[in-house]
Amino acid sequence: MLQTVSEALTLLGTLDQDVVAIAALSLRVSASAVLVAALVGIPLGALVALAEWPGRQVLVTLLNAAMGLPPVIIGLILYLMLSRSGPLGSLGLLFTPTAMIAAQAVLVTPLVAALARQTIADANASLGEQLRSLRLSLAQRVLVLIYDVRFSLVTIVLAAFGRAISEIGAVLVVGGNIAGHTRTMTTAISLETQKGDLALALAFGLVLMGLVVAVNATAAMLKSFALRAYG
Amino acid sequence: MGFHRRGVLSLCLALALAWPAVLAGRARAEPAETITVASTTSTEQSGLFKHLLPVFTAAKNIGVKVVALGTGQALDVGRRGDADVVFVHDTKAEEAFLAEGFASKRQDVMYNDFVIVGPKSDPARAGGKDVLEALRRIAAAKAPFISRGDRSGTHAAELRYWKAADVDVAATKGEWYKEIGQGMGPALNTASASNAYLLSDRGTWLSFKNRGDLTILVAGDRRLFNQYGVMLVNPVKHPQVKVAAGQAFIDWLVSKPGQEAIASYKIDGEQLFFPNATPDSKGQ
Repeated sequence: MLQTVSEALTLLGTLDQDVVAIAALSLRVSASAVLVAALVGIPLGALVALAEWPGRQVLVTLLNAAMGLPPVIIGLILYLMLSRSGPLGSLGLLFTPTAMIAAQAVLVTPLVAALARQTIADANASLGEQLRSLRLSLAQRVLVLIYDVRFSLVTIVLAAFGRAISEIGAVLVVGGNIAGHTRTMTTAISLETQKGDLALALAFGLVLMGLVVAVNATAAMLKSFALRAYG
Repeated sequence: MGFHRRGVLSLCLALALAWPAVLAGRARAEPAETITVASTTSTEQSGLFKHLLPVFTAAKNIGVKVVALGTGQALDVGRRGDADVVFVHDTKAEEAFLAEGFASKRQDVMYNDFVIVGPKSDPARAGGKDVLEALRRIAAAKAPFISRGDRSGTHAAELRYWKAADVDVAATKGEWYKEIGQGMGPALNTASASNAYLLSDRGTWLSFKNRGDLTILVAGDRRLFNQYGVMLVNPVKHPQVKVAAGQAFIDWLVSKPGQEAIASYKIDGEQLFFPNATPDSKGQ
């Protein structure tokens, strides 16, 4: 065990261009997926939190349950849709980074929406009365509440990013782990583990963790800047 | 406050500017056309493709994306039209693929061989030259055995050997026989962790690093011969198949330079794959 760890640390120094490309692909795929998830999930969560309609509780339950969707199932469904023999086959998207972005977006959108709904519902409990008395429209109230909880939303988006960049089931099925095209950090780690090169797998794991820490640190820095500027 | 506001804005701007660089990934020279090849874990994990593909791409300016799966799954990817070429090793399954009309021609490319790997102490005394006798002894001793169990070419071969050895593995299998439903690498990892026997292709074994106490016990039996074949997915079934580029890849594999490139792939001085394309198919 200790030997593998020390070998992994030595390997870190020798990681080459290919590893940089793999890390960049992971970052690009997961960041794009989370961007989509935030643009769709936050407004969706806010609408579910504020709008009054029958069956809302069912939707909330479904949304919460969808946070637990297994990535490999999402991958499989998307695979069947994007396959040349599937309904969206003519797009030719299977085994491309675009398919991986779509899969991860489907994976984390419910997570963003469900957590944003809870956060915005809580804010609405304390501010809602006031906002209604100002005769603001639904859209205006949504915007005010989103702005009010913006820092909590950053944490939600970071959680979604963590889930996206660490999953393997979905990207493996729709991406195919093709060297130089759709190999991400997680599929590379899995491949090296399968090849029995545990030290290299661990070195990749350290790179992945470093990447996640770097993204979170950047977000924390932005947040503290923003807090001082607008807080 | 104005200062901070500018600080935030410039940070955002920096990120926005950096974004296209991230999006572009690496800006290597892309070949004119890229084909998708569905192949097996043994060709990918043994490092053969990493050795072959740069040579092919340099020669023909065609990129190759390899999706590495078990032979059964790889053929299914071809059936669905998600690959242009399939390059696998289960002749019977390949002939079925042909018979169903998903390809119109199959060509031999190369072979390697299977080996039975097991613990150095060899508790079932399976070591030797006879694969069927080895399997009979493993079954008799109920020594731990790891099966791929994933419809791969290696799994199909293993089942054929059990049958030829007159061991009804479906009926007798118990605690000692484990189907893990995964690729060659995970099977080797599992066997290494539990000191079990298994059937492996020599290429994956040679490139496998986490061997623990395992070693080759049975090799050299002619029945352990493992033929690889290549087929272009039939464009009549799937019109989007890149016929010209896919055929160029197949033609190259069976041509003299392709066959030489296969023969020159070695790990620790040991050749992994032996080219054996038939001469009459080279001209096509």
